[in-house]
Order: sequence, then C-alpha cells, then structure tokens
Amino acid sequence: MIEAKHVSKWFDGVQVLHDISARFEAGKTNLIIGQSGSGKTVFMKCLIGLLTPEEGEILYDGRRFRSLNTEEKRQLRSEIGMLFQGSALFDNETVLGNVMFPLKMFSKKSHAEQLERAHFCISRVGLNNADDKYPSEISGGMQKRVAIARAIALNPRYLFCDEPNSGLDPRTSILIDELLSDITHEYGITTVINTHDMNSVLGIGENIVFINKGHCDWTGNDSTIYRSTNKSLNDFVFASKLFKEVKKFLERKYESGEE
Amino acid sequence: MIVSSIKSFGRYCMFMTQVFRLPDKWRVFFQKLVFEISKLGVDSIPLVIIISLFIGAVICIQMTINIVSPLIPSYSTGLATREILILEFSSTMMSLILAGKVGSNIASEIGTMRVTEQIDALEIMGINSANFIVLPKIVGFVLFIPVLVVLSMFMGLLGGWFIAEFTTMISVENYVYGIQSFFNEWYVWYGIIKTLFFAFIITSVAAYYGYYVKGGALEVGQASTRSVVSSSILILLSDVILTKLLLQ
Repeated sequence: MIEAKHVSKWFDGVQVLHDISARFEAGKTNLIIGQSGSGKTVFMKCLIGLLTPEEGEILYDGRRFRSLNTEEKRQLRSEIGMLFQGSALFDNETVLGNVMFPLKMFSKKSHAEQLERAHFCISRVGLNNADDKYPSEISGGMQKRVAIARAIALNPRYLFCDEPNSGLDPRTSILIDELLSDITHEYGITTVINTHDMNSVLGIGENIVFINKGHCDWTGNDSTIYRSTNKSLNDFVFASKLFKEVKKFLERKYESGEE
Repeated sequence: MIVSSIKSFGRYCMFMTQVFRLPDKWRVFFQKLVFEISKLGVDSIPLVIIISLFIGAVICIQMTINIVSPLIPSYSTGLATREILILEFSSTMMSLILAGKVGSNIASEIGTMRVTEQIDALEIMGINSANFIVLPKIVGFVLFIPVLVVLSMFMGLLGGWFIAEFTTMISVENYVYGIQSFFNEWYVWYGIIKTLFFAFIITSVAAYYGYYVKGGALEVGQASTRSVVSSSILILLSDVILTKLLLQ
C-alpha cells in the first residue's frame, strides 16, 4: 500500500498541490483522475520520487520515502515498475533488449534465466514474434505492451502508469486497461494509474482519487462515482453527451434496485 | 549574463560529479563503451579522411604559391605543410569539426532521451542516468580521438603528396624531404595531448546541454546548436592555454 499524507508542492512560488492525502491499496487498480493541468502528473511524480514535495510525506508499506538512505531508495526503486505516457522505450534496444534491460541491471539470475523471464513477460502481455523489432518499428499499442512487460520484468510490488491510454484507439485502450487490471490482481501489485480516460474510470477504477486544481476533491470507486454529488467531479467525468446518458442509465438502474 | 554563466558552470560541475561515479554494472559499461567507440569514433573516420586529405592538398598548394623567394629552400613547402597539419589543423581544427558532428549527435540523442522520458525511466529504476548514459561516451571518445588525430595528420600529409605527385608545383623529392626536415616528435604528442582535452570538452558539454533539455523537439535542436557553439569556444580558449603550457 502507498500512502500520501498532506502532500504540497510549489513551483516558482506557485502552489500546484494543496495538502493532498490519499491511500493506494495493494492488489487494486488505483486511479488518479483530473483535468489536464489539475496537478495529477505532479502528484504522481511526487509519489514516485521524481519530484520532492515541500510538505507532507509518501509511505511505501510504512517506509517513509524521504527518510530512506541512498541504498534503501535504490532497493525501493527496484520494487517499482513504471509505464510512461510515451512508453519511454529505449530507442537503440529491441523489444527483447528493452524487457531484458532491468533484468541485466538488477537481476542476479543467469543469462538463460533472464531470457526466460523476458520471454515470459513478453508473452504475458500478448506480444509474439516481435523480439527483434525496434520501438520505431511497432505500433503505439505494442509499445505500451512492451513498456508493461519491461515494468513487470522484476516482479514489482508497485506499478505506476502515466496515462496508459493516451494516443490509443478505444479498443486497444480497453485491452491495455484489462491487461493492467489482470496483472494487478494476478500478482497483488499496488497499481496507480494516472488517467482522464472515462472508459478506464468506469471499467477498472477500484479506488479513484479525483484531483481538482491541486486539491484532492473526491475519493471513491467505479460504482460510487455516478452517484457522487460533487459538481467538479460530475462536470469532469460526465462532460460528454455519451457519459451523461450513461450516468442517467446507471442512476435509473440503481433506483430500480438492479445490480 | 555573468550570473547565469556561473550558474551554468556550477550545474555543469554538479553534473560531472554524477557522471564520474563507478558504473553499476561493469559488463554493461564495457558493452556500451565499445558501442560508443564505434558510433562516435569509428564512424567519424570517413569524415576525418576526406577533410584531412583535401585540406592537406590545399595547404600544400597555398605554401607552394606563397613561398616563391629564392632565399627560401624549395623543401620548405613540405615542412610548412607538416607543421600546420601537426600543430593546429589535425588537433584543433579537426576537433572543431568533430564538435559539430559528435557534439550535436550526443546533445540530440540525450536531449531526445530526456523529452521522451527515457532518462526518467532510468531514474525510476534506480540507475544513475548521467553515469549510465554519459560516462561511456566521454571515455570512449577520449580513448579513440588519438587515432583520429594521427590519422588526420597522415591523411593531410598524403594530400600534400598527391599535389607533389600529380602536379608540377613541387617535386615529390622536395616535398618528402621537407616533411622529414627538422621534425620534432614532441609536436605530435602536443597535438594528441591537446585533443584529449578537446574530446572531453566536446562530449561533456554536449551531454550537459542534452541532459538538461526542457520541452520538445524544438528545444532539442536548440540545445544541440548551443552545445556546438559552447564547445567550439571552449576548445579555442583551451587551445590558447594548452599551447602556452605545452610549447613554452
């Protein structure tokens, strides 16, 4: 479990995060949602340690990130997998090279065992016959899969995903969501996903944190979100005509007592 | 201007303290070192050969045209060509040219890694990204640049020989006698020692500009240009200092 306690962050005198507290539970897909510019990416970077909050603290299963020494931080980082918005695959490495990379750097396994693990991860994300291809030779959806395979190569305890569906078509987005959800439940990972994709929110949001103008405005899950009376949340989640209809449908369903 | 230059220098020094650490995995470091020697060094050989050959020929022609006094021996053309090539062209001028090729390559590669979050990915994994990416480039290029310098000297002299062989401007005997006359071996070492410093400047300055890029493709291009300008100025400045120190 990851906990953020009273996190505040400033840039050049401007406060972008205001006293945010949130819990991200193990074995669940935890979502951070919010409009563009709301501060959710800054919040995620504070969680990972790429940015240091001026106030507050981040705890990884009780371990205070700020209090850890260099070696302890290094150990913790080896327990973290990260899926970046643009995949962040290494351009001069093949698909196999990218997935092998964390294994080469941190694993004490033999080369044959590392290869076996890399092939397992690649097949787990549903990629076949792509080992020798370079990132520029594969589609955006495939790049995301490779990035997921690389992120899970070292059996991470914590998985962070920054807008995993950006730039993907709806069908591929759902496949990526399902894959992340499956991996989370299969390995009991604490997964934190930063998104503004409503399909993800309503599809895999087991624990949702809504960030609005740098404040934590609402927390809940995919079944409570449509009943929320929070105006900012409703304006954000049900902004489109389609989702307004979905909300009405779900409300009717809820009122009639159907599950 | 002065304050920002001091700040930049301070940040550059901090960056170098990150770069010069022991690698996490020596095996991976040596793999990357070989790759960088090939990419930055071996791939520069054709450029060095072509430029040195032609400039050597041009220097020989210029010397032949300008040294016409009956008081100056005819072998002076070869001697002057050799001195110009060894003392300045193959070390300083070639380094300025390589600052354009190698420096812009490094700045744009690392800058692209920064804007596409590849450097963040390394940091998340707990890897010292500056050390991992930059150290093999600096070590690789510093190790290989003496090869490029000596090659440049040889090709420049060969360019002059072609003029002697295929024109009537100077005889081959006079040219060959000239390039052997009053030879001071230290000048070759002086050229090589200078370029070790220049290689460090080219790679480290380019890496610094690439590493701290903020923005997108436009900023990567700007960083690449700035790295070439800055390293060229630093090369010329250090050339003055090194010449004073090594030749006096």
